[in-house]
Amino acid sequence: MSLLNRQHSVLPGFGLSFGISVVWLSLIVLLPFTALVLMSTKLGWSAFVATVGAERVIASLKLSFGASAVAALINAVFGFLLAWVLVRYPFPGKRLIDALIDLPFALPTAVAGIALTTLYAPNGWIGQYLAPLGLKVAFTPLGIVIALVFIGLPFVVRTVQPVLEDLEKELEEAATCLGASRGQIFRRVIFPAVLPALITGTTMAFARATGEFGSVIFIAGNIPLVSEIAPLIIISKLDQYDYLGATAVAVVMLGLSFVLLFAINAIQWWASRRHGGGR
Amino acid sequence: MSSANLTTEAPWVRRVLIAVALAFVTLFLLVPLVAVFWEALAKGWELYLAALVEPEAWSAIKLTLLTAAIAVPLNVVFGVAAAWAIARFEFRGKSLFTTLIDLPFSVSPVVAGLMYMLMFGANGWLGPWLAEHDIKLMFAVPGIVLATVFVTFPFVARELIPLMQAQGQDEEQAAMVLGASGWQTFWKVTIPNIKWGLLYGVILTNARAMGEFGAVSVVSGHIRGETNTIPLHVEILYNEYNFVGAFACASILALLALVTLLVKTLIEWRIARQREGAKERTLEARLAPASTH
Amino acid sequence: MTSRIVLSALVAFGLSAPVLADVTLLNVSYDVMRDFYKDYNPVFQKAYKAKTGEAVTIQQSHGGSSKQALSVVNGLPADVITMNQVTDIDLLADKGALIPKDWAKRLPNNSVPFTSTTVFLVRKGNPKNVHDWADLVKPGVQVIIANPKTSGNGRYAYLAAWGAALKQPGGSEAKARDYVSRLFKNVPVLDTGGRAATTTFMQRQIGDVLITFENEAEMISREFGRGSFELVYPKLSVSAENPVSLVDKVVNKKGSRKEAEAYLKYLWSPEGQEIAAKNYLRPQDKAVAAKYAAQFPPVKTFTVASVFGNWEAVAKKHFADGGVFDQIYAKK
Repeated sequence: MSLLNRQHSVLPGFGLSFGISVVWLSLIVLLPFTALVLMSTKLGWSAFVATVGAERVIASLKLSFGASAVAALINAVFGFLLAWVLVRYPFPGKRLIDALIDLPFALPTAVAGIALTTLYAPNGWIGQYLAPLGLKVAFTPLGIVIALVFIGLPFVVRTVQPVLEDLEKELEEAATCLGASRGQIFRRVIFPAVLPALITGTTMAFARATGEFGSVIFIAGNIPLVSEIAPLIIISKLDQYDYLGATAVAVVMLGLSFVLLFAINAIQWWASRRHGGGR
Repeated sequence: MSSANLTTEAPWVRRVLIAVALAFVTLFLLVPLVAVFWEALAKGWELYLAALVEPEAWSAIKLTLLTAAIAVPLNVVFGVAAAWAIARFEFRGKSLFTTLIDLPFSVSPVVAGLMYMLMFGANGWLGPWLAEHDIKLMFAVPGIVLATVFVTFPFVARELIPLMQAQGQDEEQAAMVLGASGWQTFWKVTIPNIKWGLLYGVILTNARAMGEFGAVSVVSGHIRGETNTIPLHVEILYNEYNFVGAFACASILALLALVTLLVKTLIEWRIARQREGAKERTLEARLAPASTH
Repeated sequence: MTSRIVLSALVAFGLSAPVLADVTLLNVSYDVMRDFYKDYNPVFQKAYKAKTGEAVTIQQSHGGSSKQALSVVNGLPADVITMNQVTDIDLLADKGALIPKDWAKRLPNNSVPFTSTTVFLVRKGNPKNVHDWADLVKPGVQVIIANPKTSGNGRYAYLAAWGAALKQPGGSEAKARDYVSRLFKNVPVLDTGGRAATTTFMQRQIGDVLITFENEAEMISREFGRGSFELVYPKLSVSAENPVSLVDKVVNKKGSRKEAEAYLKYLWSPEGQEIAAKNYLRPQDKAVAAKYAAQFPPVKTFTVASVFGNWEAVAKKHFADGGVFDQIYAKK
């Protein structure tokens, strides 16, 4: 497989598909990014560093990326579990659950934020039971994580699901016949096949979470240094007509996400090449 | 099917896993959904329906559907092309290329709107030129479409790449070796193989396109009855303390998501039937070769 | 190929903007003004038709004040702009050269047709005994204020607090600063907008005091029921001014100056002022003010200009990055 992979002279269409992708990518993504980056360079290096190095900005970046990472990990575990259950087990109400998975996409993020706040506020449906336990969710960083889990969940489920569906049962059957236990099969056969998709899904959930604004502001509390997310900093700079400052923070966020995404993609690419023949 | 017991877990494991998954879905998805409908119907059906037939809500619904109808096909073409290039070929800078595709996810939607403003706004790069030629991009439908295309940019490609990588290219190569043309291979082999992934991608793109708030909010101009999409209209209503109206419009988006899923289920079902029908027909054909055309 | 099709499709959409026979005015306004203009627009349209025989269509756009102003600078074709801070209209002169610098002089009262003021909302029966600014910084009192960095409502609340502390006997800049920083220590949630702050206070039942505009308080009682809270007027507060202007560059291009001018001037007519009073906005017209005196308890107010100089200086000193508001939080 890996040998063929390198020849790939058999399949045509590289020029066309690559061409379309690059043109569209340039128009929709690269050009606007360039505008953004150029705008932030107008600020000058020292002002850029001062803006980005401000205590509040640093705190908000830490919060945004930290909460996103926690939420992405939670989603990786439960998203995988959900995809597994949906693909493998029959149970009543399965279609409904399957349909529900997309909900976080369809609901405008602000509505999600409002709905979650309604639930988790100290007088909310769920919050009223948590409050006596001393557990505060809404208006704390925990609330932010909850909102981010909500918006990130479909990414993991919807990327893992098709791969699981395509997984050939014959492999598992063969392994079973050869005497492998269920745990072994999972570790050796199923998990490696699903891993690239799982990483992709988790990465997407993470990436999406770092930039999320609408659903978070309602539940966050927005107290500087405690529960103020980076996108809010950008908005508040825009509200003061501080375009340059806003673009500076945006560029840093982008840079951080880019590096993280790039690293993950590189790992995945490397893993799939190593794993290339193992299908 | 006879081998089902070989490739599944013990019943108790299954039950525990299902229970955990259900609990998670209930807590994170079902309860918020119920909350939305609960609030929407808090003052009865009449008010719920009244909130939806109101002209401004109606025009917001139409604009949202139009936006999705333009943005989704564009991103499908792109997504399939990008996935084909990435999953089927090795080239330098592939990781970079993949990462760039992901990037729109991590951009705060507001920043996405801002970027287009920097390009096309009255003081942007192309703003003066556009104004001279009386082309309205920002604060009009094209701007809303652009912003939507941006936020939904990676979905289809991201859905297809892992799937196509997992599938490998043996079947396509076989088709080529057997003399099929590139397009034939694509339509007859690739598309049927990736159709579920593609469909998921379309559903995600569509759902997100209809639900997008932040980016659209920057480029829309909020002109009531004209450039307000459903999410923007929801915000307006919420800020008017019209909670019933706000949640009623939000519930429409939730319903649209459920409808797309219904459509997906229907397609699945019809394809399954067609396949069975085809099988029967080939059987018949084999049994009575002379009777068919 | 694809990109060209896309481009031409986009361009086609851009050109197919609706063509209307009558003059259409776009009024770009901020969130809270919706209710007022909902009442005002039909009355103006009728009066204008009666006077000139001309029909005018009015479109409304609402959103956060500063965000809306930015949109106009970026090309949202507003004929008139109606904001809640002078800075938001100054922006059109500074950044986009859309209006002359002395825009405020073109209409009476510095182009401010009506004002409001910042007041306190407390829970029924005023359990925490809040009567004036000093009560807000007592331990155990939770205050809900919108984020001054992202909302005009929050800015006025902040400035009211600062000004009131400054104007106390023996008040000083240092004392004002100390007061405001103690005040914000009692704030558990900083919502991004005035309306969101209200929701936190009313729906989520968080906090003992909500600081907001007087006209907002009226709106809240309409929506949430009059009995659920009480209104407290501090001894001294800020006068929140709502300036308006037509946008010269747009009306010149569209040829709608006459209509836009009439639209704004009508705000000062007795009818316009009465609609304002009915929406609990304090009218400038003496006769109308006298008629509605019962619903506007006399409050001692100061204008932002009289205490802080001008808005630009305020923004720079207090709300800019690293400004006083940021320092208050950095100290913790």
